Amino acid sequence: MSLDLIVLLPFLGAVLPALMIRVGRNACATSAFTVTLLAFALLMTHAPMVFRGETLRVGVDWLPRLGLNLNFFIDGLGFFFAALILGIGLLIIIYARFYLAKEDPMGTFYAYLLLFQGAMVGIVLSDNILLLLIFWELTSLSSFLLIGYWKHLPEGRQGARMALTVTGAGGLSMIAGMLLLGDIAGSYDISEILKHKEQIQASPLYLPALILILGGCFTKSAQFPFHFWLPHAMAAPTPVSAYLHSATMVKAGLFLMARLWPVLAGTEEWFYIVASTGLATMVIAAWIALFKDDLKGLLAFSTVSHLGLVTFLLGLGTPMAAVAAVFHILNHATFKAALFMNAGIIDHEAGTRDIKRLGGLLLLMPIGGTIALLAAASMAGIPLLNGFLSKEMMLEEAAHTVWAGQTWLIPALATLGATFSVAYSFRYIVHVYLGKARHDYPRHPHDPPFGMWGPSALLVVGVVAIGLFPAAVAGPLVAVVAGAVIGGPLPDYHLAIWHGLTPALGMSLIAVAVGLTLLWRYVSLRGFWQAAPHPDAKAMFQRTLATTVRLAKGFTHGLHNGSLQRHLLFLIVAAVVTGSIAFFSASHEAGTRPLLAATPVAVIAWLLLVVASIGVAMLHRRRLMALIIVGVAGIIVSLGFLYFSAPDLALTQISVEVVTVILMLLALNLLPKKMPRESSALRRWRDVGIATLGGLGIGGATWAMITRDGSTLSGYYLENSVPGGGGTNVVNVILVDFRGFDTFGEIIVLGIAATIIFALLDGALQGEVGRKLAAWVPDQKRAKDRHPLMLVVATRVMLPLALMVGAYIFLRGHNLPGGGFIAGLVVSVALIMQYMASGFGWAAQRMRVDYHALIGFGVLTAGVTGIVAWLADRPFLTSTFGHFHLPLIGEFELASAMAFDTGVFLTVIGATMLALASLSRIGRWTDNQTVPERPMDHHISRRPGKEH
Amino acid sequence: MEFLVASAIGVMAAAGIYLVLRARTYPVVLGLALLTYATNAFIFVSGRLAINAPPIIRDGVTVYTDPLPQALVLTAIVISFGMTAVIVVLSLRSYLESDSDQVDGKPEEIHNENIESIPDGSQGKTTP
Repeated sequence: MSLDLIVLLPFLGAVLPALMIRVGRNACATSAFTVTLLAFALLMTHAPMVFRGETLRVGVDWLPRLGLNLNFFIDGLGFFFAALILGIGLLIIIYARFYLAKEDPMGTFYAYLLLFQGAMVGIVLSDNILLLLIFWELTSLSSFLLIGYWKHLPEGRQGARMALTVTGAGGLSMIAGMLLLGDIAGSYDISEILKHKEQIQASPLYLPALILILGGCFTKSAQFPFHFWLPHAMAAPTPVSAYLHSATMVKAGLFLMARLWPVLAGTEEWFYIVASTGLATMVIAAWIALFKDDLKGLLAFSTVSHLGLVTFLLGLGTPMAAVAAVFHILNHATFKAALFMNAGIIDHEAGTRDIKRLGGLLLLMPIGGTIALLAAASMAGIPLLNGFLSKEMMLEEAAHTVWAGQTWLIPALATLGATFSVAYSFRYIVHVYLGKARHDYPRHPHDPPFGMWGPSALLVVGVVAIGLFPAAVAGPLVAVVAGAVIGGPLPDYHLAIWHGLTPALGMSLIAVAVGLTLLWRYVSLRGFWQAAPHPDAKAMFQRTLATTVRLAKGFTHGLHNGSLQRHLLFLIVAAVVTGSIAFFSASHEAGTRPLLAATPVAVIAWLLLVVASIGVAMLHRRRLMALIIVGVAGIIVSLGFLYFSAPDLALTQISVEVVTVILMLLALNLLPKKMPRESSALRRWRDVGIATLGGLGIGGATWAMITRDGSTLSGYYLENSVPGGGGTNVVNVILVDFRGFDTFGEIIVLGIAATIIFALLDGALQGEVGRKLAAWVPDQKRAKDRHPLMLVVATRVMLPLALMVGAYIFLRGHNLPGGGFIAGLVVSVALIMQYMASGFGWAAQRMRVDYHALIGFGVLTAGVTGIVAWLADRPFLTSTFGHFHLPLIGEFELASAMAFDTGVFLTVIGATMLALASLSRIGRWTDNQTVPERPMDHHISRRPGKEH
Repeated sequence: MEFLVASAIGVMAAAGIYLVLRARTYPVVLGLALLTYATNAFIFVSGRLAINAPPIIRDGVTVYTDPLPQALVLTAIVISFGMTAVIVVLSLRSYLESDSDQVDGKPEEIHNENIESIPDGSQGKTTP
């Protein structure tokens, strides 16, 4: 059975509960259960192979050049975690069916849960660290959704945000670390990385990679000082807490430390960072757990403490400790998930989770009580239960660990942690279940339906079974998992209840004795706790967050306060400064290319251009005048193109110039014609300075470039234009053939631009702006003759001629200057002249072409031409051409590029006309006159009867 | 000749930069137009200057200018027309919405004697 299917199933299945909720709550839960069961069954088919100690790899290349592949593998460790995730997932799904209230959206819940489950299984079965990172982030996201499931609760939302921030930041750190690790090992595949222990530990990047990866692991597994998010995440529904925060997600960090244990562990750095963090977390969290009144808070801190314990064991770096770590992960998952479900049951039945309001529940809910008693005793490490065994192994390892030359420190701290653990575990038993029954529970408690206690009972059966017969029940599993973690031979160990009179047994006895004493003296202990300072993690977190946001805002607003002027100023100054630095930090030599002689005509044109440019800058406040001067500059640029052997560019520039001027005139009709001088003289001179520097830079760069020879690709295009593209106009062949894909993109952009213009102006006709336009009073005198005779006659005569010219330019484009772009512009100009001469209303009534459709049709034509190449098994836009013979006409040439150019031609017409016509339409709104029936006003003879 | 071209590009760019730093939308549009000329010309001359050598294959002719920058600039001219059009319309719409053609859409505050009295009414601006 395929491994990827196990990972994929929960993702695919996530849709099911969301749909099945329409059928009913049972159907919804059943669908989620079935999907998980299927994945679990698939996983179990791999069990025989895993227990033989084999590994299985499957992989699909995804982005092989980045080293990112969909590689999965399964060995003891992956199997163990996947089984935990899916197995406990099954129990949680049953439990949640009874836990969720009627008004909770159950479909959403199960969909999120399955997404999370898939992401978790993905982490533990990934063989590629990049793939693992993707799943890692997915768990952060899906857990965010789950923690914030009760959207109406502010604590839920805040807890979800905090969890996402902390684990997300850790995830970023881990991405960096993983990339370093992959870089050192030369592969991103875990099975490959695990072979390079010496290489990795000898690398100078080992320590940074280690710290970054541990940053991800510690945040995810809530290790001190990142432990604070976990208790706040307890605002989630109890099934979520039980699943994410005891059995699975928080174990992801442990999993990764175990996964990379063979290559990362065993060094001094690893020991001091991981073991110390783990031990500190274990002691501190256990101490805090002792004073939590909320049952889930107590369990949350207890979980943090136990995660610390496992981290500590992994940090020791010895194979024996690794075995203990694996065993404790298994044991903790069983008793802690049972306890979380139990806390949920109490909340459900008694109406509160506050320990101070509980007590004496054992007789009222005997089943739940028995389950809790056993699970909590296991958590305390009482013999004959599984918690005892792994805690004993931990103490044994701690007993002979030396920390910075101190032999007593680690054993003492480990015993202290165990002591607090005993105390809070018994507090759960004594303060909740024992004592006298009370009469003031918010609800009258009794045992819940089987669906709610059944899953936890099953887990407690495991707790007892492992506790009594460890070697028989858990032995093979622990062996195969520990073998996978260590990646070498297993140490000599025995899972047994009685090891003789060992130091660990003594430490255990001390822990139980002192722990019970602490609980006996709980009231005075609590006084001591309350006197001590309590740093409020949430407030600190929010302060840090607020400070970060404030700094970021200050920085952003300082740079960009919304003013275009300031923004552009920074941009230009940055460009000038960068250019200057580059310029002044290099040596300069004059170019050697022979120069062309300057002709008198060229000097005159140059003078005109310089005067025009400066003139625009000086006269820009007189808007019409400035527009005319810009037009002059444009014409000289077109002439320049013509002079320097670029007839196509000259044609394009001149037609664009015409269209642009018309467009600006149409806009100026509505914009103010003159404007105040706004900037101070100082500011203007500052801008003149910046502009001069910028101009010098650009001019200098141009000079440096064109006085030197450079290499060019043009040889290829010149040689292949005729044989490859079937055209002698190389520029056109490049546009429609060699670089046709670029052109295809550009006509799409042009179409989008025209659509934006239409949308902007069409929207303006509604609402307040529309009313404003309708009541418009022209700010300039209008000509009395709106449609002058001469203009109308001239443009109407010109129309067919201009269309002919357009067609001609289009047809010859492949071989001589011309082509779709230019022809499109020429035709547009001819058409827009009709609008200008006879008015928008008159022309629009006669123009029966929808410009939107024209744009779409043009793009489509070009696209289809490209696709046709596929039919001949060629890449998109491969062109072909041939010579054909027709009677009468004779030999002629036809290139598929022609069809493409037609697309360009139509799009250009459509886009240009849509832009201009939209603007004219706005203008038409302002003059409130009826659409003339004739092409021109006939005011020459206004007397009735004299009309012609 | 090279000097004339380089300096002309420089002057157009300088005028363009000065204009885009103005506070009203219209000069910014003009400035962009000038910057467009300068940029397109710059790309164009990266094929170096050549006279009477258009890249149109003819028998017996062996010297052609570089066609590639021309192809790039041809589409650039058309695209920059699209861009200019969008910006012009954007500034028009912003003016119609806010009654101000200040680049950041700031309301009219400065009443300067330089401005000629604009017939108000729909434009909603009364200059004292």
